[in-house]
Amino acid sequence: MLAHPERFFEDRFGLTPSAMERLLGSSLAGGVDHADLYFEYRVSEELTLEEGAVKKASRHVSQGAGVRAQSGERTGYAHTDEISLPNLEEAARQARAIATHAQASAVVPVGRRQPHDLYSLAEPPIAADLGRKLELLRSVDAAARAWDPRVRQVIASLGSEEVVVLIATPSGLTVGDVRPLTRLNVTVIADDDGKREIGTFGGGGRVAFDFFLDSERWRRFATEAARQAVLKLAAVDAPAGTLTVVLGPGWPGILLHEAVGHGLEGDFNRKGTSAFSGRLGQKVASELVTVVDDGTIAQRRGSLNVDDEGTATGRNVLIDKGVLVGYMQDLLNARLMGMQPTGNGRRESFAHPPMPRMTNTFMLAGQDDPEEIIRSVPRGLYAVNFGGGQVDITSGKFVFSASEAYLIEQGRVTAPVKGATLIGNGPEALMRVSRVGRDLALDEGVGTCGKDGQSVPVGVGLPTVRIDGMTVGGTQV
Amino acid sequence: MLDLLVDLLDRAAAKGASAADAFVGEEQSFSAQVRLGQVDTVKHARERRLALRVFVGQSVAAASTSDLSRGSVGRLVEEAVSLARITSPDELAGLPDAAELARPPLPDLDLADPTGHDLSPEEKIDLARRAEQAALDADPRITNSEGGDFSDHRARYAYATSHGFAGEYQASSFSLSVAPVAASGGEMQRDSWYHVARQRAALEAPEEIGRTAAGRALRRLGARPVKTTQVPVIFDRETAASLVRHLAGAASGPALYRGASFLVNRLGQSVAAPSVTIVDDGTRPRGLGSRPFDGEGLPMRRTVVVDRGVLASYLLDTYTGRKLGLASTHHAARDGSGVSVSTTNLYLAAGAASPEALIRSVRSGLYVTELIGFGVNGVTGDYSRGAVGLWIENGELAYPVEEITIAGNLLDMFHAVEGVGNDLVFRDRTASPTLLIGRMVVAGS
Repeated sequence: MLAHPERFFEDRFGLTPSAMERLLGSSLAGGVDHADLYFEYRVSEELTLEEGAVKKASRHVSQGAGVRAQSGERTGYAHTDEISLPNLEEAARQARAIATHAQASAVVPVGRRQPHDLYSLAEPPIAADLGRKLELLRSVDAAARAWDPRVRQVIASLGSEEVVVLIATPSGLTVGDVRPLTRLNVTVIADDDGKREIGTFGGGGRVAFDFFLDSERWRRFATEAARQAVLKLAAVDAPAGTLTVVLGPGWPGILLHEAVGHGLEGDFNRKGTSAFSGRLGQKVASELVTVVDDGTIAQRRGSLNVDDEGTATGRNVLIDKGVLVGYMQDLLNARLMGMQPTGNGRRESFAHPPMPRMTNTFMLAGQDDPEEIIRSVPRGLYAVNFGGGQVDITSGKFVFSASEAYLIEQGRVTAPVKGATLIGNGPEALMRVSRVGRDLALDEGVGTCGKDGQSVPVGVGLPTVRIDGMTVGGTQV
Repeated sequence: MLDLLVDLLDRAAAKGASAADAFVGEEQSFSAQVRLGQVDTVKHARERRLALRVFVGQSVAAASTSDLSRGSVGRLVEEAVSLARITSPDELAGLPDAAELARPPLPDLDLADPTGHDLSPEEKIDLARRAEQAALDADPRITNSEGGDFSDHRARYAYATSHGFAGEYQASSFSLSVAPVAASGGEMQRDSWYHVARQRAALEAPEEIGRTAAGRALRRLGARPVKTTQVPVIFDRETAASLVRHLAGAASGPALYRGASFLVNRLGQSVAAPSVTIVDDGTRPRGLGSRPFDGEGLPMRRTVVVDRGVLASYLLDTYTGRKLGLASTHHAARDGSGVSVSTTNLYLAAGAASPEALIRSVRSGLYVTELIGFGVNGVTGDYSRGAVGLWIENGELAYPVEEITIAGNLLDMFHAVEGVGNDLVFRDRTASPTLLIGRMVVAGS
């Protein structure tokens, strides 16, 4: 759509560099530790097929600016969706009001890394031909229905967006980013004589439309959703109680996101409200476990060239061979904790101030043969697909819900079981990791993380992992 | 705002739309967070959104924008109409019958507070500070806090259709919440309490909210898992309301016509114990879910969803009603993508038992105060969620429990309701009294 965010906002709203300098200078400087302007323009599109036809299509434009001033632990934030100089000046006045009683301190320049170039696309997904998109959805429908006669309903949706952002600070930094994102989602309802089940699958990333055509990825998504729905028709009740759990590779990495990820975000640790607060340097996991948050992987859903404060993203090791070594930081919490920003300052949109968030969070591969890991379990649960998860940061208790899981009996994967929630305690669960497979996989690109009312796209990843003792919330006592 | 919509609908017609409807919302909000007595974050916000849905014959598409400049509005019309030309026709698509539209005068449900917003930022910050301070002062074991929050929100909405409906209204909301952390012997527990109201004067006192929040965090200290078992489970009002939301989700039109609901083909059948009656009432004055008309311009009404255990009505908009061969129940809601179905003020009607009596009736069981996770399958009703609460021994709340799950099936659970509390209050858009469910599986150590 465009190459230069600076030019884009200047052309569209007459925001010349000198106008921005004036805002940051006279309106925001003095008495603040940090200030920034964040501009955003977002175009999104959603096409939905159901009952064999694309009957829903929508397109949305949103634009706006957020003005932020920080002083000590205080943040003033104002946003407007009418980008004009008078509105921005008013927003700057509101944001800065929090700083009036603070002592003046110089703006601290932060060491800056170069932004990455992780997702330049010849044709962004939002610009791809509508006819090809409709054809893709119809192909998904046909493939899912062809999988099994019990497939009764197929809902396939293709969402695409492009977000242009520009971040400006008083230290003279102006950094822009153009962020494509797309996702194909397939939901299948199977019906066997009145008994119904649901299967969902999907994926995407900061990729071009052709991503879905590569190796007929769309067909795999369609048949996976159908396979799961049909499989669950025959699922038995899940066991209830403490069991050995083997997690499959890829999306089950949501375990890390909930068990340790949120608890290692800088804000909770600065405030001392995380179960991981003050535990840097301590052992929080088995020595087999190394966990990384990496926002620099090309074209991944959770990746960013720069975070939403203009800091280049990084590959940050959180847990190294079981020892807690790092938190994820935004500028405010890094400054207050005397640490370096890590490129994890993210926001849902211009309507939200940034906070520390994950990007792509995964466990590094180990040595074990995945099949051998399953053979090592006399009785347990093998969980390969999950719905969402949630964590109580302060107590450390987390849950994640298996949507496809099987019993393991005498080292063999046997009957599929109904969906069940797994619950554990973050600082303890990873201590019980006894085997780590060599098969690290990242998820397909569907993750959305919610925190404090803000949703951002994220990725997770995991090799096959054995955990000796997790509570499984089934109904079979 | 209605002028803008009328102009938009005219332009859609000129571009070839055979019918259209449009919605505009203009919102202004302020929020202040205080943490450990100091201002943490202050936010000011202004947002607008203009949404258009067009029909070209029997094909439909939607578009929305936050840019209300004339050029942008022109592009909105063109994009919506061109999208509608590529979507497949659907013979049931269309606006509701004009005869059923809400007629003026629209009901005044007292949703806006004309003077409530007249507080200075400092006064608003002070409300948050007082609420947090009350929590911090409640007990020496309250050692930390995620903060106290005050927010207020005011909005104007307008909706118009190409077949003659035009309506607008204003709404306010005010909320105050506190999230204290209790600590003892290396253990930390966070909990929170809140209040939301349409009128600022109706907000509960900050001190009361703070003390309640502190009490909720304190009673979690010393929590432990229990052994896996099957016992009666009592849901407090907040967690019971989540069960009512799950049932309403399964009763809503989009889930039903797709076959993605455990309530498919169950209209007129028993879906709960006879003590369960669930009502959705969009006409409650000052209700948090009230509005003068639904997202398609149909008048608000009171709908009995479950009548003494029998599924009496689905929750439908015009399209999903036509799909099911039924009339809309006036539950359309608007967003930028078009029309969806939502509840208004949804509640499970109060019973006769006091919550204390329900607890006393349980020899050994679980009293649930918080649920986490997403382990609810709306297609089968299978239910499995993480729970926090208090263990009941010999009719008394004995000790806090955590790191457990509760599991069952929503239809079985509603049929197993053995007690309905007399303690219904409307703190949120969905409300329930305390509920006693006869038997569920609790998984723990």
